[in-house]
Amino acid sequence: MTPHRLLPHRPFAWRAFADRMEPGRAALNSLSNRTRWGRAAAIHAAGIKANDPREGKAMTFIRSLCVALALTGLAGMAAEAQTGPLRITITDGVIEPLPFAAPQFIAENPGAAEVAAQISQVVAADLTGTGLFREIPASAFISPVTSFEAPVAYADWKAINAQALITGAVSAGTDGRINVKFRLYDVFSGAPLGDGLQFGGGQGDWRRMAHKVADQIYARITGESPYFDSRVAYVAESGPKDQRLKRLAIMDYDGANVQYLTDSSTIVLAPRFSPSGDRVLYTSFETGFPRIKLMDLASVSSRALAELQGNMTFAPRFSPDGGTVVFSLSQDGNTDLYAMKLSSGATTRLTNAPSIETAPSFSPDGSKIVFESDRSGNQQLYVMSAGGGEATRISFGEGRYGTPVWSPRGDMVAFTKQNAGRFHIGVMRTDGSEERLLTASFLDEGPTWSPNGRVIMFTREGAGAAGVAQLYSVDISGRNLKAVPMQGGASDPDWSPLLP
Amino acid sequence: MNKLNSLLLVAGVVALAACNNPDRYGAGGAGAGGMGAGGISQGGLGDPSDPNSIAYFNQTVGDRVHFAVDQSTLSPEAQTTLTQQANWLNSHPAYTAIIEGHADEQGTRAYNLALGDRRANAAKNFLIANGVAGTRLQTVSYGKERPLAVCSDEACYTQNRRAVTVLGAAGGV
Repeated sequence: MTPHRLLPHRPFAWRAFADRMEPGRAALNSLSNRTRWGRAAAIHAAGIKANDPREGKAMTFIRSLCVALALTGLAGMAAEAQTGPLRITITDGVIEPLPFAAPQFIAENPGAAEVAAQISQVVAADLTGTGLFREIPASAFISPVTSFEAPVAYADWKAINAQALITGAVSAGTDGRINVKFRLYDVFSGAPLGDGLQFGGGQGDWRRMAHKVADQIYARITGESPYFDSRVAYVAESGPKDQRLKRLAIMDYDGANVQYLTDSSTIVLAPRFSPSGDRVLYTSFETGFPRIKLMDLASVSSRALAELQGNMTFAPRFSPDGGTVVFSLSQDGNTDLYAMKLSSGATTRLTNAPSIETAPSFSPDGSKIVFESDRSGNQQLYVMSAGGGEATRISFGEGRYGTPVWSPRGDMVAFTKQNAGRFHIGVMRTDGSEERLLTASFLDEGPTWSPNGRVIMFTREGAGAAGVAQLYSVDISGRNLKAVPMQGGASDPDWSPLLP
Repeated sequence: MNKLNSLLLVAGVVALAACNNPDRYGAGGAGAGGMGAGGISQGGLGDPSDPNSIAYFNQTVGDRVHFAVDQSTLSPEAQTTLTQQANWLNSHPAYTAIIEGHADEQGTRAYNLALGDRRANAAKNFLIANGVAGTRLQTVSYGKERPLAVCSDEACYTQNRRAVTVLGAAGGV
């Protein structure tokens, strides 16, 4: 184990570089004055994040991508989206991923050849993995890119219908550090989109650098905040179903760089990142009884959350400011919700009912908690003030609802639904309206949001003795359902914030 | 009662109880002790024909009770078994017990932990009502983490929705 690589908050040094081909703001302004601005504005109304003035310009980039994003829109959802000019495409369900060309990044010295190829692959994989982009194979390219500084032959890229062009270059220093730079071009406008950027890091950080490049491209084209440079804490599983071995683990969002944080000597469950990504709460059977533990990721050292009365503590989550942990505590067969100040250990009881209250999750502003309770007779979702008190039921559909998680944008709750022998991952507004089920299988559970609220990762387990738990992800539109590429079984994912 | 115990004492009881509990994590692939599916030949459980042995408790008295889907109420059959357990424990005061609550896989992880806790406490409270001192009894929930049978239909689920009374020597306490 290499603890230094666990440090999730080591920022890269960024700098934009002077770009002789870069018209800068002028290019963006000209984009914004084009007639397609109107369509972008309509998409804002459909609920795409609208507080970034650059977004409107970015969204004009390509109509098909706008359609795809409108379908994934959090705030607007179907009703508002259907009032816009994109309605026909939406109801047709036609999604045409945006075709891009990404010639292999140029190695500016021989030592950078291998890592340049690797970075190129990861950038392309990040983008295509969203389902919003399609990579044009290099065999279709008309003109090779031999120099990062050479003028772009827009006509050659237009001819193969590449709507975005990504160029990059990598150099390797003798000190083990590498430097990566890239540019993004709007081929049909014949202009760069945004500044060229470059940054440096250790050779071992090349994956993070690739994710940073892809994050920039994703953000510029979609106007959304990105999510590629992020990690996932989860439980690695092995062994037969009745003797499962479980280990706490952490990996990049795409399944790479797996690192184990505990051995398999005791059951561990449901890790949850701190808001800054440097600590993880989880539940461990180390004492023989389920107890919450808190791990510092840099040192990979854990401590019990606190000495608490009661038989079992579990289902912890941090408050958005990181200062409070909300969790379940069971005493004499009854499970309620509690909140603990990490600084003092002072604990407050939030619910007091003979029913099961568990799976609490804070709203991003810290003012409310969504949780599950069977006080009505079976599992349903409720929202209450972060200080406890009266709770409002928000789930009313058929079946049982559990594991609610507030979205990073604050407007949605993801949940597990159990109905008629099937499990679903779904989303609803925080008042319970506009429920939509994204998945269905023998056993899906435990959603976690990507940092930008566009993608949900969850556990899917197969039936029977051979059933293995795996991590899956799905776009909140319900599209792009896929297994996270990993070795072995895995469960209980928790997606980190975007790394700095 | 357990909330008053020190962590050390809890850990000691757990260590003792683990000796004969095939369900407990790390106990190896012994199988289901009380149900006669293997593991009963392990040392330490005694001769199942000896009414003072742990093996006798597991097999003849019956170390486990079962529950309906998403329920923790004790069926008449479960009450019969627990009455026999209470009688045995009352006549064997040297033993303590940890009651393990389990759920089948048809439920979310956290909820099933809470449900297993309910089941274990339902069994514990019944034993206390039938004269067993609460200080001799602990509970733990495994939720859906330790199924006994691994098929994904009711034939297995009904075995997995259980509360198992795992005996341990009281030691010097």
